[in-house]
Amino acid sequence: MSEHVVIRTVSKMLIPFIQLFALYVIAHGELGPGGGFQGGVILGASIILYVIAFGLEEGRKRVSETTSDVLNSVGVLIYAGIGLLCLLAGGAYLEYTSLPLGTKKLASGLGIYGIEIGVAITVAAVMITIFFETSSHDD
Amino acid sequence: MIDLLLLILLVACALAAVLMRDLLSATIILSAYSLIMAVAWTRLNAVDVAFTEASVGAGITTVLMLAALSRTMRGEDGVGPVVRRVRWTLHARSAVLFIVIAFTFGMLVYGTMDMPDFGDPDAPAHGRVAKRYIEKSYEETGVENFVTAVLASYRGYDTLGETTVIFTAAMGVILLLRRRKG
Repeated sequence: MSEHVVIRTVSKMLIPFIQLFALYVIAHGELGPGGGFQGGVILGASIILYVIAFGLEEGRKRVSETTSDVLNSVGVLIYAGIGLLCLLAGGAYLEYTSLPLGTKKLASGLGIYGIEIGVAITVAAVMITIFFETSSHDD
Repeated sequence: MIDLLLLILLVACALAAVLMRDLLSATIILSAYSLIMAVAWTRLNAVDVAFTEASVGAGITTVLMLAALSRTMRGEDGVGPVVRRVRWTLHARSAVLFIVIAFTFGMLVYGTMDMPDFGDPDAPAHGRVAKRYIEKSYEETGVENFVTAVLASYRGYDTLGETTVIFTAAMGVILLLRRRKG
């Protein structure tokens, strides 16, 4: 596999920047274009690039089956959990302003931030899962 | 001017993707199609949509289609020689198909004639809630980007549903394709 040295070196150099950009997109969704969905897709794509360059085995060492399976549901749980927290705090489901986090504006901003992170985790994990499962052959 | 160029490129890409016999090439062309579409969204000032189109349409979808192609066959088998054989039933079928497609196309064009002009302030989409989103969303949600405010707060249930749909897709893929141990 040593003939892939260019692809491997370039992806090794690019992947940290892609992941940093993904985190920026997730965190910046409240101010500009972007958000959890797009950031999660970019984060998932960085892992997929790693798998394309280094192979499935090597990729599974970085993101194990258990990790991606758990992360699949963790994101949805964070989203739904924030909704439940709003219920416990006395508001309606997903009514972020009811969260006891300072002013209403701050509470709403933080709630939205939380669900964006949830969306990002699920989307990234799902993209990784679908890619791993469709590209691994049975033979 | 650039809009016209983008439109021509889009039509060219769509035609090329349909006419391409090799599915790998068709996938790559569809990726280019999505990238041009992303530029078109940016031209329409829909940057959030453009972002999604570029990352999902041009990026992830292409990769997932390639992964699916690697599991299935690459060519569009059995299409070429059968179609070329001249038979009158085939001609009749083509004629019916052509009429149906031409009729649908005509109806679609007729439908666009009722649409409001681009950027028309009196368009139904700009009439009701859009004003409140633009004026009040920062006060009500504490988020500057009102696309995010609509997605995460005003339409929070929808986004929760979407996330669940994506999660369900992964569950389906795991159930259908994962290798069972033993």
